[in-house]
Amino acid sequence: MADSTFPNPAVPIAGGAHGALDVTPPDVRKHSVLEILHSWITTVDHKKLGILYMLYGIFFLLVAGAEAIAIRIQLAVPNNHFLSPQVYNRFFTMHGTTMVFLVGMTMIFGFANYLVPLMIGARDMAFPRLNAFSFWVTAFGGLLLYYSFLGGSGLYGVGNAPDVGWFAYAPLTARAFSPGHATDYWAIALIVSGFGTVGTAINVVATALCMRCKGMTLMRMPLFVWLFVVVSGLTLVTITPLTAAQIMLLVDRYLGGHFFDTQAGGSAVAWMHFFWIFGHPEVYVLVLPAFAIANEVIPVFSRKAIFGYAAMVAASVGIAFVSLGVWAHHMFTVGMTSASNAFFTLSTMLVGIPTGIKIFNWLATMWGGRIRFATPMLFLTAFVFQFLLSGLTGIMLAVAPWNWQLHNSYFVIAHFHYVLVGAIVTAIFGGIYYWFPKATGRMLNERLGKWHFWLFTIGFHITFDVMHIPGLLGMPRSIYTYEADRGWGTLNMIVSIGGVIQGIAVLIFAYNMIVSLRSGEKAGNDPWDAWTLEWATSSPPPDYNFATDPVVSSRRPLWDLKHPEDPDWKYEA
Amino acid sequence: MSAIPLTPHVSDHQHPWHLPYRGRIGMYCLILGESAIFIIFVLAYVFYIGKSLTGPTPQQVLEVPIFNSICLLSSSVTIWLAERNLEHRKMKPFALWWALTIVLGLIFLVGTGMEWHTLIYEKGLTVSTNLFGTTFYSLVGLHASHVIFGLIGLSLVLIFTLTGHVKEEHAERIQVLALYWHFVDAIWIVVFTVVYIIGR
Repeated sequence: MADSTFPNPAVPIAGGAHGALDVTPPDVRKHSVLEILHSWITTVDHKKLGILYMLYGIFFLLVAGAEAIAIRIQLAVPNNHFLSPQVYNRFFTMHGTTMVFLVGMTMIFGFANYLVPLMIGARDMAFPRLNAFSFWVTAFGGLLLYYSFLGGSGLYGVGNAPDVGWFAYAPLTARAFSPGHATDYWAIALIVSGFGTVGTAINVVATALCMRCKGMTLMRMPLFVWLFVVVSGLTLVTITPLTAAQIMLLVDRYLGGHFFDTQAGGSAVAWMHFFWIFGHPEVYVLVLPAFAIANEVIPVFSRKAIFGYAAMVAASVGIAFVSLGVWAHHMFTVGMTSASNAFFTLSTMLVGIPTGIKIFNWLATMWGGRIRFATPMLFLTAFVFQFLLSGLTGIMLAVAPWNWQLHNSYFVIAHFHYVLVGAIVTAIFGGIYYWFPKATGRMLNERLGKWHFWLFTIGFHITFDVMHIPGLLGMPRSIYTYEADRGWGTLNMIVSIGGVIQGIAVLIFAYNMIVSLRSGEKAGNDPWDAWTLEWATSSPPPDYNFATDPVVSSRRPLWDLKHPEDPDWKYEA
Repeated sequence: MSAIPLTPHVSDHQHPWHLPYRGRIGMYCLILGESAIFIIFVLAYVFYIGKSLTGPTPQQVLEVPIFNSICLLSSSVTIWLAERNLEHRKMKPFALWWALTIVLGLIFLVGTGMEWHTLIYEKGLTVSTNLFGTTFYSLVGLHASHVIFGLIGLSLVLIFTLTGHVKEEHAERIQVLALYWHFVDAIWIVVFTVVYIIGR
């Protein structure tokens, strides 16, 4: 293990005993800043790397959030010139790229890193050094992307970030139309961080398949771990096509290739296909971890075992497979054949079946349970509701004629932000409230948490419920400004106000983390009376997680421990 | 912590707890991801066949690299023989077959280099000449870069073998590297078929 500074673990008393940390001898030796820094930079411990991933994601969440606020100020009133058109283009490009690659991907792999080994009773990931390499490569990719603000057109042309949209359509990305190096920063930064992502995905699959503790068969793995196996498998076949397409783009830009050069017989539509072959499964790479969090939090706070474990596993694998065959629903307006339109309409609607199974299973888990609405459960309840709504607008957009009307309008923007913010970010917040006590030994402040939840959820609905309407009225995405007589002004003002409310909520969240880390209530080993293995060790866990390897005989090992008179394994076939 | 004293299910003690080797699973995952990259490049190649607006065309300039391909494909056999010998602790034949694998890989690389030299300097086909040039050099180059990475790995093992660091207990790790080499060879069958048979 990388560092030996953590005190010897207490003998953890499972079963909700609080204050196990109190009996550990305090670590009296004072560490210098350099020592602490050194231990974090050289660590190969999955828990420290998980925390690094999360901090990195939260930092870029604040950056991309600030960009979003700037975009919303620009759009709040007609004929606004708060940003210049060029800066506006850079901001929406960087906002999208940052949120998907530097916030979404890093935070989901932060959860995976921290929790997968703990949940399967392992001492670390399968490849700890690959794990550290993956994190630092990903982190470097993020720095490279943001360095474009300085280096995009050389040191003299300061302020030249990518401005081609997060999907970087050809032929706009050709050298003739995007001179300078901004687009190259976009491509190379994502290729570099993609290497890290692939490394972590390999690691997660290998960990879950090869490091499980005795007795943890595949069908006893926590659903969280199952979901991350699916996510990682999907990542392997999703990020790589993007890498391939970006290599082609760089061949075009640097070596004079013609992949996407329409004047030499190349095809701009080919880029769209390659990008969305990555881009649509990517949505599921991001949303399946939200399901993973829901699968752990909802049962614990409903005091019931998850409903339909096997159906949940099957639905997750089903979503992954179906998601590989829906990409061209982003391209209905390109002019495909009727057969293609019909195929992609139907395949997209097919996604509704496994996701519907999941929503009904969560509802059935809550049904008749003794629900405790602590902050994690509040977020996850909102997640179920908001994910359902985002799915419904998704079904609407899957219908090709409807899509022809609303393609690239604010209706689409509202739909996918409903998924990304209403489902994914909301579930991630819930997950942080749930596992923060495990990672730090202290509870997040519940009162601030409720403020965070209500402000964020109200702000979310003000912004994204209303945002559908200007889309229906014909407001296109990515426009710099609009005339007053379009009738979009009031609606956009409301959308922007909701954005500011969400911004305040996120600041409360950041404040809550800092305050609670210093002076939060002590958590103990198992503050939520939960059932998976991470709650069987101390909070925070020692470097080696478990002093002896656990042995499990059911899906809820801690339930068996706490209720020896009525253990789960009696009922699991 | 002492073992979590969970009531063990009776059936758990009936069969021993076997899990797959992590290196092998990791390599399968890497191969899955790499396959996706190659699929995109192969799709691009197939999609752009015959779409070049100017010459030269594949029929005019490409020659089928039969000797090269035989060398690369037979290196899959030699590496398999090396693996077998390592399992049976026969270190000398292992080193010989392993070295032969590297030589065959090198012959393939040199052959590709000579092919490219002819194409560039005698037949005037570069990556920017036309779509055929762009897709040809990208796909074949992507594969060749994988051969280079494989050869680096194989050479490291050879160095460790000659210095006496490779033992029979490393057989499983070495099989993981061999798996990668088999993948690189298998991809060549696809590239060969697409570039030199379908596209020509």
